[in-house]
Amino acid sequence: MITRFLWQGMSRNLRLFVLLVMAVGILVPLSNLLLPPGSPFRMPSWAVQLVGKYLCYASLALAVDLVWGFCGILTLGHAAFFALGGYCMGMYLMRQIGTRGVYGNPILPDFMVFLNYKELPWFWHGFDSFWFAAPMIVLVPSLLALGLGWFAFRSRVTGVYLSIITQAMTFALLLAFFRNDMGLGGNNGLTDFKDILGYSVQSDTTRAVLCFVSALVLAIFLVISAAVVGSRFGKALTAVRDAESRMRFLGYRVERYKLFVFVLSAAMAGIAGALYVPQVGIINPSEFSPGNSIEAVLWVAVGGRGTLIGPVIGAFVVNFGKTWLTGALPEVWLFALGALFIVVTLLLPKGVVGLWNQFRSRSRERQARAAA
Amino acid sequence: MLRLRPFSVLLSVLASLALAGAALAADLATLVGNLTSGGLSDREAAITALAASGEERAAPILEALAAGQLYVRTSDKVAVIGKADGNKLALTEAVSGKPAGSAVEADLDRVRVNNRLRGTIEAAVGSLTLMSPNSNVRLNAADALFKRRDATALPALDQALAAEKDARVKRAMSEARAAIVLAAADTPPAQKLAAIALLKDRGDRDSLGILNTVASSSDGEVKAAAAAAATSIDQALAAWQMAQNVWYGISLGSVLLLAAIGLAITFGTMGVINMAHGEMVMIGAYTTFVVQEIIRTSAPHLFDVSLVIALPLAFVVSGAIGILIERTIIRFLYGRPLDTLLATWGLSLVLQQAVRSIFGSSNREVGAPSWMSGAFQLGQLNITYGRLWIVVFALIVFASLILLLRKTPLGLYMRAVTQNRPMAAAVGIRTPRVDALTFGLGSGIAGLAGVALSQIDNVSPNLGQGYIIDSFMVVVFGGVGNLFGTLIGALTLGVVNKFLEPYAGAVLGKILVLVFIILFIQRRPRGLFALKGRSVE
Amino acid sequence: MKAPGITHARSTSALLYLSGVSVSFDGFRALNNLSLLIEPGEMRAIIGPNGAGKTTMMDVITGKTRPDSGEVVFDGKADLTKLDEANIATLGIGRKFQKPTVFDNHTVRDNLLLALAGMRSWYRLLLATPSKAENDRLEEILSIIRMGPQQHMLGARLSHGQKQWLEIGMLLAQNPKLMLVDEPVAGMTDIETETTAQVLREVNKSHSVVVVEHDMSFVRALGVKVTVLHEGSTLAEGSLDQVSADPRVVEVYLGR
Repeated sequence: MITRFLWQGMSRNLRLFVLLVMAVGILVPLSNLLLPPGSPFRMPSWAVQLVGKYLCYASLALAVDLVWGFCGILTLGHAAFFALGGYCMGMYLMRQIGTRGVYGNPILPDFMVFLNYKELPWFWHGFDSFWFAAPMIVLVPSLLALGLGWFAFRSRVTGVYLSIITQAMTFALLLAFFRNDMGLGGNNGLTDFKDILGYSVQSDTTRAVLCFVSALVLAIFLVISAAVVGSRFGKALTAVRDAESRMRFLGYRVERYKLFVFVLSAAMAGIAGALYVPQVGIINPSEFSPGNSIEAVLWVAVGGRGTLIGPVIGAFVVNFGKTWLTGALPEVWLFALGALFIVVTLLLPKGVVGLWNQFRSRSRERQARAAA
Repeated sequence: MLRLRPFSVLLSVLASLALAGAALAADLATLVGNLTSGGLSDREAAITALAASGEERAAPILEALAAGQLYVRTSDKVAVIGKADGNKLALTEAVSGKPAGSAVEADLDRVRVNNRLRGTIEAAVGSLTLMSPNSNVRLNAADALFKRRDATALPALDQALAAEKDARVKRAMSEARAAIVLAAADTPPAQKLAAIALLKDRGDRDSLGILNTVASSSDGEVKAAAAAAATSIDQALAAWQMAQNVWYGISLGSVLLLAAIGLAITFGTMGVINMAHGEMVMIGAYTTFVVQEIIRTSAPHLFDVSLVIALPLAFVVSGAIGILIERTIIRFLYGRPLDTLLATWGLSLVLQQAVRSIFGSSNREVGAPSWMSGAFQLGQLNITYGRLWIVVFALIVFASLILLLRKTPLGLYMRAVTQNRPMAAAVGIRTPRVDALTFGLGSGIAGLAGVALSQIDNVSPNLGQGYIIDSFMVVVFGGVGNLFGTLIGALTLGVVNKFLEPYAGAVLGKILVLVFIILFIQRRPRGLFALKGRSVE
Repeated sequence: MKAPGITHARSTSALLYLSGVSVSFDGFRALNNLSLLIEPGEMRAIIGPNGAGKTTMMDVITGKTRPDSGEVVFDGKADLTKLDEANIATLGIGRKFQKPTVFDNHTVRDNLLLALAGMRSWYRLLLATPSKAENDRLEEILSIIRMGPQQHMLGARLSHGQKQWLEIGMLLAQNPKLMLVDEPVAGMTDIETETTAQVLREVNKSHSVVVVEHDMSFVRALGVKVTVLHEGSTLAEGSLDQVSADPRVVEVYLGR
């Protein structure tokens, strides 16, 4: 039954796309590890890291799309779930440093020694074990989403009001994590990681594996998302998006549908954030900044909201552009990003994938007419 | 012997004061001559005589003497005051107060003093300033005495008190007297009680300190009276502190009001979330900066009216940009509020980067005109003129906006469109034009807010970002489509924020306010003063 | 203990019982001490000029609007003023809106599937596929509303009339005890109106129906008891001939 559940939403295109994601996740790291330096097909280490980062962004975009594209909830706070997952992973990685820190304290991370902490704050306990940290990566963002969503959806906070609430949430977290009293490194955040599960985070092999895992996770998320939106639940979900009150009059408990995708999506974002942190080597409060969440929404908009392939494409395209432009013409990047927001909403409301579909159906019509 | 010393000093000062009339006749130069010649034993009489002269120069000469800066120049035997200036001493003539070149210490004879004489000098100077013809000097002397609680100055103080005409100074002097009386151990209880009553009326932190000391170091009736007075001051001070917090809250609230009110109009009328609203504020602030730059370079005498010139300009500049935005972007997105939100966010990035490219990313200096600097004291309240003007300005803007909405055709159209857009269109109101003007108006008001905020915040490309979330909170909290809701919302949030700060700190206070609003929206999704009815959906 | 929303205080044989219901919006009284009684199996037509409170009454019955005062009891036991839309819908009250609202991005068949009585639990819907019985019922409804050929068409592409029919189909799929039908013939041709009246009479054989309508010839064609609403309360009740003879009704409709 589970297999059927997972298979039901997969169109042929999507199956191909999942294979493509896996191919990237396998070939990019392998080319880096196996090919000799100097080979034209060898991916340099920084590129492997970059691809790994993009894959995490793509997972975040997919999470945003699940609530925005399929349920009509414009969340401006998903970076918060991403960052919370990242912090959970960061806490695990901090505890792994052990005596190798600047102060050599076996228990306390460097910043705590520096801030005169005498003992580990209570919420740091357990994070020395990966098998404690791993469920936390899912639980912490999910519980926040559950709390916020339960209140908000039950009180029928919708539309821009919900957007503003989610933005206020991430803003409040931003302020909170900046405080040294929070016990999470203040504005420097958590960094100087040494190893993950016993392997050095700096080594090429670890990076290659992390890149592969990021692709695998994205592929799994695609399959799960496809199953959810392809099910009868998914039909109800898009119906909620299109005519919420009509669904109520049909007897659906709309808030439960919303809550489920919201929590699922937060968990996905948390996992993406957890994979992101060891690859970039740092997590700090700026990840909570409202701008990050809105950028994630832009990736979805560029790729095509309400499609599963779109957000992945959008995340790759926009972030590739960002990497390239901030290097080549840094002052142009914000102009380009801003313009992209405007252009996409005005001219491309269905994104790149929507444009492609439109093009396809038009050419199909032309063929049909030619055949007739 | 030591215990007697102050007493003898007092006697001599008293004697000299009694002889003041005679002494006045003496020539200042002679008095100074007496001071510098002769031995240490003669010096005391010379000091009292000089002090009694009431001459303006007496105080600086005596102070110099106490500090060991009074010299006699070896070459011409003229008394000079020497202040260290590098290796040498910069000299002024003691009698005339004119500069007298410089000299090395070897060419000078220091007029020596001992500790006993220093005591004499100190008391003499205190009484001198208490008798000064300038009422501000007397007031300062009294205040200084209040803080020093120097029992030796008491006779001089009594003397000055008796002669004092100025009610304000007189009051300060009697308070100083009360403080001294309370500090002295041998004062009779009746006097102490009177002094306690005086300090209770004064009611500030210093009085509280004195009273607490008295309450802990005495007993019986005095102890009870002091403790009671201290409690009452404590309560009064707490009330003042609360009033001060309310004022800070109102001040913050007026800033929030200025930032949010334009947003309230566009959100209320068009249901449009304008994420670039903060940038309109920022543009207003930069307009102020440009106006001040032009005034600085070409018409510095106009600096005091620079803000008055900037106001209409900021309104026009931000308003025009607003109308441009509405015509080119927002009008294509009506009915898609979430898309509008994204597009205007993009716009805010573009505007920020544009300003950064033109003016640079560092903070720009916007000066305060003279009428906006300084502060005044209202009871125990400390109020700065800058903040006061911003509160007044915010209320003026608010009132004008209400008038505009109630009394002008544009206001009528805007209200019509807010309440029922299709019906407004059906009766012939050109809703697109109303939309453009409304958006322009909202943006223009943001520009006005920018002029005000340039006075209290850093003028940088990020200025607007700091206000956008707070502004949304105000609008959502107050209720959309209701300007009075925005007013109440802004003031409430301002005051709540400032009340939380002392307990939770500024950042945590802000977080608590955000959480409070998030929870509040769950209770009342449409805000404090929501429109009800079928048209809302 | 009583289950929430269920009252035993009032036992009545009526299917729907409204008593002394008042609703006001910002000082405007949309419903003013309104009382109404619908018997099981009955079909009732509600008429009244604009602003008489017809739609607000529907909103109160379906839980969209909470009354300021008054009782609304369904099936002799459920206090509708305490329940929300979804609860009321699952109790067995279906509503067809004045403006047809079908799901634009779903096919006709999916629209009906969503409306189909039964499965509403989100976690079961994750794994469920339509059962044989459900598919049979869908086919049956598709043939009643004569939309079999269009079953894979998206809601957005239907004509106005087709949307009206699809809405009626969705009501049938919901299989409620009581149907609230708001202006079913607005924008229909005379022949379509006639057919709709026939269908409603057919539906009435197995369901209780409340129809709100402006169109007098349609109400006449239904041939049922009529309630006239005016300024939020009942002005007259009886057969169409009786109420149209009532001088107060004439005054309200023709102006004074």
